Amino acid sequence: MLELIKQPWPWYISGPIIGLMVPLSLFIANKTFGISSSLRHICAACMPGNIEFFKYNWKKEIWSLFFVGGVLLGGVLTNKFLSNEARIHITDSTKQELSALGISDFTSYIPVEIFSWNNLFSMQGVFFIIIGGFMVGFGARWAGGCTSGHAISGLSNFRLVSLIAVLGFFAGGLFITHLIFPVIF
Amino acid sequence: MKNLKFLILGIIFGIVLTKSEVISWFRIQEMFRFESIHMYGIIGLAIIIGAISIQLIKKYKLKTFYGEGITFEHKPVHKGAIYGGLIFGCGWALTGACPGPLFALVGNGYSIILVSLLSALFGTWVYGYYQNKLPH
Repeated sequence: MLELIKQPWPWYISGPIIGLMVPLSLFIANKTFGISSSLRHICAACMPGNIEFFKYNWKKEIWSLFFVGGVLLGGVLTNKFLSNEARIHITDSTKQELSALGISDFTSYIPVEIFSWNNLFSMQGVFFIIIGGFMVGFGARWAGGCTSGHAISGLSNFRLVSLIAVLGFFAGGLFITHLIFPVIF
Repeated sequence: MKNLKFLILGIIFGIVLTKSEVISWFRIQEMFRFESIHMYGIIGLAIIIGAISIQLIKKYKLKTFYGEGITFEHKPVHKGAIYGGLIFGCGWALTGACPGPLFALVGNGYSIILVSLLSALFGTWVYGYYQNKLPH
């Protein structure tokens, strides 16, 4: 059994488990499943800076910080106890296209040639690590949610605003992947 | 107690994100290149299970484990969904991670992702700073 768990999980197992987060958050405390609002609560707690958007009682939302703390801890536990191989499964065609862009190390969850401390202040590092992260936080808040809040919770509830946001997510991702990657690599 | 339940739920989510390789930058690339069903299958099935659950909750007026009623906030359509969505999508393709995976990657020992996470926090803060000036 443990050996089976240590294998990478197929999408038809993982997808439904992720979907169950939606009713579980509701049943535990009438909360809508979502991750990115935790970033707002951290800002409100650590550097509210007299900004209207961060003036609220973040302590009432502390469940969300426990949740993301758990996600981090889940990563630690998986890494320590539930992994048996480092190789990431990836389709050959994607591998070839990324190789053509100069990526050669496919052994980690992230391309370590780009995402490393040594590379942080290179043009590439600034783009992928710093600007990329900034856009994730800024965009999620402006859109009112991220993949969990809009794509999963929002679409589960047939929300039009979430459908618009998700189409935006994909349009942005396709733009970067197909038009910008060939330039910045 | 409630918080402890969310911690456990978070741990499960972190484990699934890692074991399903959703946290993999390469899996996100596969998705944006339409070369694998993996991410589409995960997101699609998650939505189906979520939607069935919400329909059941609404139909049978199910309550929380503590007997409170379950409510759904109304979220109106706004322009920010487009602008913010596009920007978020760009960030998703660059970092190969949305917020959940950022936390899970740090947990998996990729310390460099702490920088992306801090940038995301800073992005959230800058949004808060300019919120009144941005179209919604």
